[in-house]
Amino acid sequence: MSDRNAHYVAPVDETQPGAVDQVNLSARKSNMWIDAWRDLRKRPLFYVALVISAIILIMALFPSWFTDADPGRGDLSLSNAPAEPGHPLGYTLQGYDIWARIVYGAETSLTVGLLTVLITGVIGVPMGAIAGYYGGWVDSLLSRIGDIFFSIPYFLAAVVVMSVLSDYRNPLVISFAIGGFAWASLARIVRAEVLRNKNLEYVMASEAVGRSRGSTLLKHVLPNSMGPVIVALTLSLGAAITAEATLSLLGIGLNGYYSWGNDIAQAQTVLRTNPGALFWPSLALTLTVLAFTFLGELIRDALDPKARARR
Amino acid sequence: MTLYVVKRLLQAIPVFFGTTFLIYFMVFSMPGDPVLALFGDRTPNPAVLEAVREQYNLDQPFIVQYFMYIKDFLTGNMGVTFSGQTVNDVFARAFPVTLQLVTIAVVAEFLLAVGFGLLSGLRKGKFADHASLLMALVLNSIPPFVALFLAQYFIGIKLGWAPVTVGANVSWGSLLLPGLTIALTIYVVGMRLMRGSVIEAREGDYVRTAYAKGLTSKRVTPVHVARNSLIPVITNTAASFGALIAGTTVTEGIFNIPGIGKVLYDAILRGENATVVSFVTILTVMYIIVNILVDLLYAVLDPRIRYV
Repeated sequence: MSDRNAHYVAPVDETQPGAVDQVNLSARKSNMWIDAWRDLRKRPLFYVALVISAIILIMALFPSWFTDADPGRGDLSLSNAPAEPGHPLGYTLQGYDIWARIVYGAETSLTVGLLTVLITGVIGVPMGAIAGYYGGWVDSLLSRIGDIFFSIPYFLAAVVVMSVLSDYRNPLVISFAIGGFAWASLARIVRAEVLRNKNLEYVMASEAVGRSRGSTLLKHVLPNSMGPVIVALTLSLGAAITAEATLSLLGIGLNGYYSWGNDIAQAQTVLRTNPGALFWPSLALTLTVLAFTFLGELIRDALDPKARARR
Repeated sequence: MTLYVVKRLLQAIPVFFGTTFLIYFMVFSMPGDPVLALFGDRTPNPAVLEAVREQYNLDQPFIVQYFMYIKDFLTGNMGVTFSGQTVNDVFARAFPVTLQLVTIAVVAEFLLAVGFGLLSGLRKGKFADHASLLMALVLNSIPPFVALFLAQYFIGIKLGWAPVTVGANVSWGSLLLPGLTIALTIYVVGMRLMRGSVIEAREGDYVRTAYAKGLTSKRVTPVHVARNSLIPVITNTAASFGALIAGTTVTEGIFNIPGIGKVLYDAILRGENATVVSFVTILTVMYIIVNILVDLLYAVLDPRIRYV
């Protein structure tokens, strides 16, 4: 026991000086988006959502690949007729081919969804970004305007717009009716995100090297705030498609377009005798919304390093 | 606290004028004759037309019209519906029904959110967590009216467990099916809040202390973990109360429930736009009021809010 007085020395686990030189500079590059993409690729649900979205998109672009039937041809001798070869889902009360109407309705739903998202983004992103970045009276003004739009439930606002504009029931008007109010919640998300980013060092650095405030906002702050924006927009795609179908169900949606909501409204009267006429378009609608919702949710998860670590 | 209440109420004033102005503006600045537009595709009878013109003071300049409309609104003079009843009468008859329906939906939403949120949070990362989150998300993605049709067809028509439509004789039992269906499509938000705060609470020092002093999880889970996780779920439930009151149109239309939503639903289907506008205004103002109450509730429950 000669070393009875020797005291314990903890092992050094600092970085050894040499280790810094050994950092592999050719290692895979990484940023928020690459990390998120690597995460997404590992989730089976992501592929399910992607495949459904892709099918809807192809259906919208090339409906004739999916059916030979004419969605606009109602044959009353086929009223509520069951399925037959070439017409896999049967017929509606008016003798329309249910499957053909689903196929041709995809374009309408997707158009309204994408237009609404575009309008929501074009109004919401600048409103939120300018309010958050410039602060002061600009923020107060823009945020109060946002509060007003936020305080009218956007579906009720769309009901008023579509009721009054009964002569203009087309996808563009309905997208403005929905997106013209839905932007307010997006603006809140953008504003919060910009507020979080604007005091970080890279913003100071950008201004220190002489970039103007506006250019810093566009080049640095906004791109770094896009994560939650993309998630919110993907989720609102599903919400917009639902809103269009609901407005059409109430008879104030589209007029003269193939719309799942219109078909569901028509089928209400035959719910007991021909439930398929109601359920098949409902299923198409639900699957579409489900696919976009899951895309949004999975992107949200993938963009959040904390959520990734928790799994 | 008083200061917070006053501040919150003052904030609501511009929002009240802004929202009502916006609704008014949307209706009366549209192309064409706004009064004719209010009748949609129908040809109004000249007496009704004159009554509506008078109701909206259309001979005055636009801004004067708006303030006269607000004055009427605040003094409870909302005009008449197309069937000749006053809006006030219709509202007084329909509102309690909507309140009943929304109460069922909100209570069910709260129970689902707390139950599944607790399960999910306690089993974090395990099968039960993933499965219940997935289920809630799928239910949430079903458009509400599709869920209502499904419930109506399978539970009402096929199984016969519940009345297919409600009709004039409203009872708590007859509202159960639509109320529960609505709750199922919205509980995911509350569930996630519950799950998040349960996970956070379980890592909290006070929970470790509770275990350290010898308590079993049988006591710690309900008393320490669950109770402290309820605040966000309660405020979320209160917020969805407001959203649901404003959003029962489709539910009440499909199940033929004689509430506010049904009044709006019928008015939309018949193109009675004057009634649509009156009720949208009422619902929006109620939505704003409920949101103020939610903020105040939040301040009462969580002291951190009111001292900011």
